Amino acid sequence: MAIAEQQPDAVATLGWTGVLHEWTTTVDHKKIGILYVLMSLVFLVVAGLEAILMRCQLLVPRNDFLPPNTFNQLFTMHGTTMVFFVGMPILIGVGNYLVPLMIGARDMAFPRMNALGFWATLFGGILVYSSYATGGAPAIGWFAYAPLTERTFARSAATDLWALGLLVSGIGTLTSGINFIATILGMRAPGMTLRKIPFFPWTMLWTSVQIVFAIPPLTAALIMVLLDRNLGAHFFDTQNGGSAYLWQHLFWFFGHPEVYILVLPAFGMVSEVIPVFSRKVLFGYEFMAAATAAIAFISMGVWAHHMFAVGMSKTLDLYFAAASLLVSIPTGIKFFNWLATMYGGKIRFASPMLFAFGFLSMFLIGGLTGIMLAIAPFNFQLSDSYFVVGHFHWVLIGGTLFGLFSGLHYWYPKVTGRMLSERLAQWQFWLLLIGFMLTFGPMHISGVLGMPRRIYTYDANRGWEFWNQITTLGALIQVPSYALFVINITWSYFKGKPAGDDPWNAWTLEWATTSPPPSYNFEEIPHVRSRRPLWDLKYPDDPDWKYE
Amino acid sequence: MTATTLSSRQHAPESEDIPLTVTQIGMIAFLASEVAFFSTLIVAYLTFLGKDTIGPTPAEALSLRVPLVSTVFLLSSSGAIYLAERGLHSARPGAFRKWWALTILLGAAFLAGTLYEWSELIGVHRLTISRNLFGTTFYTLVGFHALHVTCGIIAMLVLLGLSWRCGLSATKGGGVELVSWYWHFVDAVWLVVFSVVYWWGR
Amino acid sequence: MAFPAQAAILADCVAPENLSIFQPASPAGESIVSLSMLVLAITGGILVVVGSVLLYCVFRFRVSSSDGKEPPQVYGSVPIEVAWTAAPAMIVFILVLVTTRTLWEVKIPEPQPATGDNTLFVTVVGRQWWWEYRYDYYNGRQLGFTTANELHMPVSAAGEPRRVYLKLKSADVCHSFWVPRLGGKTDLIPGRVNTMWLQTETPGLYLGQCAEYCGTQHANMLLNVIVESPEDFDRWLEQESAPALVNETVHRGRETFFRLSCVNCHAIRGTSARGTYAPDLTHLMSRQTLASGQIPNTRDNLRKWIHDPQAIKPGNLMPAFGLAERELDDVLSYLESLR
Repeated sequence: MAIAEQQPDAVATLGWTGVLHEWTTTVDHKKIGILYVLMSLVFLVVAGLEAILMRCQLLVPRNDFLPPNTFNQLFTMHGTTMVFFVGMPILIGVGNYLVPLMIGARDMAFPRMNALGFWATLFGGILVYSSYATGGAPAIGWFAYAPLTERTFARSAATDLWALGLLVSGIGTLTSGINFIATILGMRAPGMTLRKIPFFPWTMLWTSVQIVFAIPPLTAALIMVLLDRNLGAHFFDTQNGGSAYLWQHLFWFFGHPEVYILVLPAFGMVSEVIPVFSRKVLFGYEFMAAATAAIAFISMGVWAHHMFAVGMSKTLDLYFAAASLLVSIPTGIKFFNWLATMYGGKIRFASPMLFAFGFLSMFLIGGLTGIMLAIAPFNFQLSDSYFVVGHFHWVLIGGTLFGLFSGLHYWYPKVTGRMLSERLAQWQFWLLLIGFMLTFGPMHISGVLGMPRRIYTYDANRGWEFWNQITTLGALIQVPSYALFVINITWSYFKGKPAGDDPWNAWTLEWATTSPPPSYNFEEIPHVRSRRPLWDLKYPDDPDWKYE
Repeated sequence: MTATTLSSRQHAPESEDIPLTVTQIGMIAFLASEVAFFSTLIVAYLTFLGKDTIGPTPAEALSLRVPLVSTVFLLSSSGAIYLAERGLHSARPGAFRKWWALTILLGAAFLAGTLYEWSELIGVHRLTISRNLFGTTFYTLVGFHALHVTCGIIAMLVLLGLSWRCGLSATKGGGVELVSWYWHFVDAVWLVVFSVVYWWGR
Repeated sequence: MAFPAQAAILADCVAPENLSIFQPASPAGESIVSLSMLVLAITGGILVVVGSVLLYCVFRFRVSSSDGKEPPQVYGSVPIEVAWTAAPAMIVFILVLVTTRTLWEVKIPEPQPATGDNTLFVTVVGRQWWWEYRYDYYNGRQLGFTTANELHMPVSAAGEPRRVYLKLKSADVCHSFWVPRLGGKTDLIPGRVNTMWLQTETPGLYLGQCAEYCGTQHANMLLNVIVESPEDFDRWLEQESAPALVNETVHRGRETFFRLSCVNCHAIRGTSARGTYAPDLTHLMSRQTLASGQIPNTRDNLRKWIHDPQAIKPGNLMPAFGLAERELDDVLSYLESLR
């Protein structure tokens, strides 16, 4: 459908106050999705600045650029922001926009609760950042090991605001999870059985199952912290019998599924991109789907691999090592299926596929360092060192972020009706890839050389200085790549080439409607017979449903 | 690919392979999250059971007198809500309102029992949330359960009011059904909490 | 950092500042390294194989523009799926086996002290932001003295192991004891007692630091482990377990010290100073460093520290006492007598 037939200019009809009112009161999943993404990008810039400041402090040994407490606040806020106010919301935002479209629905199951989820997440973020008004952010680390969070050791209200903010945004996350489950299970287009849903909604379904089971324990643990700090409770008050060990178990019971919440949607996004840009159906859909479910289940039982140094029994150590190694099997299955999808295809490296390639190559490495860390005795050396920092940034940026950029570049034309600039995207990709490898690669080395995490400075002569300098250089190279992304999405919104309904010649339902879609998504809800409804339309004599 | 036009979401066909409405699925997902939440509080309770070095211990402080009565109230409220649903299904709004109101009263009676028990614990046994580990975990676990009972009562009051104002229908996945699922869940959680705190833990 | 006599005995030519986990000096460290070599070989192999397939696909199947025809659509293959499930499963199985072996090699339960066992038992108490060492038993003999920040232990010889078992406790928040060349780390968790063991055949100085974020000065909670010959260690034990030396020439300094509130936190055995919140000062001058390894133990540094600890280690729990110059010199002279 030509752009001329799209909705008339909103500002011209409503005026600026009208547009503002529309966006703050919307319950439309597409607008809410965009709000989530925009909010996340703002927090991404803030958390990125926090990281750059830390890298400046660590540039040389015994640097006095930042006092110790400031540095400690920065790594606390950087981690908290990236996980809770960038990672999860941006994936939930993309899910919000795309899932109803991809399953042929007109909106999410509970539109008003959807809006509640967004505003709760934003409000939680504001609460956490309001801690600066108490004289400083909390300096407890993003996983807030008790009893550092007790009032004895963290006197100001910053920690209370942190816990409260995460509690509130956790409610928002939980409502999103419930919404996705109800939508995906209950609102599919006629003919779309669960075995025929596109892969991204399938991963969002399992992400949401993990949200439903992993967020409440965190909520409970945060409530316990607040009760300790404000009503004199003793959950983690070790001086009165409380247990620091309990906090670690409760937090990581949430914390490990959390990282799969952060990566499964990215798996889903590249599972949409790779087939389209290789011009081949996703290889082994059933095995991919089963592997996703297996990952979701197994990942709920491996949490104490974050606690190998805590002094658990050898039996427990072995169990958690074995279970963590086990999760590499379904992950490997997915990886091989992606490769098999590419094999024999006709691969075009437009920007979505470029980022998908970045995802594949980087996640391979990150996954392998994860296997190293699962080996408990090796972990006794590597845990709490920069090796771990290198590993998790590698999988979060290499996996989640590259996968996310792949999805964003893929679906941007659908959301805005315009194509992104390929040239800017290429520059962004290469700067990001090189900068990211230079930032986090050396961390594996300084970790192996004995550098622990969360130290605001270090002694010279330990051999860490050189690697820290490369890391800082890499971080500075990353900065322009993010700037280019922001420039790209802004400039292209006004000047990008018109996209049309289906610029990539793709196969799932979102490409069957206009770009951007009308508020009601589809004029007529389609009836589907296979996983690639548009392939069936385009090739009626060789439809998918004959082979599925 | 044939097309089906839909006029409103309420008449959306159920997904072919799942015989539940979206609201039912949503409530089940929410109750699953509540299982995770209460399990965490119970794990904390069990972690600290027997670890106190100062009293009062559960055996010293807890008596079965009041909680047993409260439990009877709560269990019968599940019966009452079931009868209320029956009334709604057989198009007897009067019966519905009567049993629904009784459910609310029984729930309130449960809360009153909890408050009475707590006043005794605090006044007589000097057990507060900050007294010892038992106090910390007891008040948190029982308190959050009571909070959930309270929210259930509020939801039921809203529905009762709606029933008077415009009448309620017995749709599958409607408010009455979902609230009653929630209420039965809160009841089931109480059975677990009761067993762990008043029976096993004492 | 100057280090008496022992420096000449460094047999493995690795500088103390080299903390690489791949330069193990202990059986535990060596076990972990040999395990990690196997793991690195396996993961490296996977990287090469899978990476090659990825690059092959990228280069072999790329096209610059579409010719309109779709390639053959392949939906899946059960035999292939089984194959690439079974192969990783076998690798995982092998990894679990070797993990089990190394885990049992590296985690050894603490035995009871017995006469003639050549074993040292020390209780380590982690505190914000320094290390307290309570020497419990050596060779079956009860010791019962406390020092801080520098752990001395005897060196082993082939066929004559002299193991050290550490009981790890914390007085406040979580810490972690990590001396990479001597093995993996173990956390110090308040309310829990963990144990770990150290053993090495190479004398010298081993460095490390706290590896669990514990607050403001986590970065400067450094570890110094001094491994010396059994004879040197015996001499050190005798010196450390004796009460503080009394030197009459510094009596003015001693009186100043005891008049001020130093004794509220610090202990000096043999005197009325019995504070338990700060490092034991009985043999302060036997230590190479101050502030938990942060600065060398010189008169100048000690003076600066007492004058304003916050300037050296901001946020640490010792306040500046605002001593006058004369008082400061007196106290300094007294402390310097505590050899």
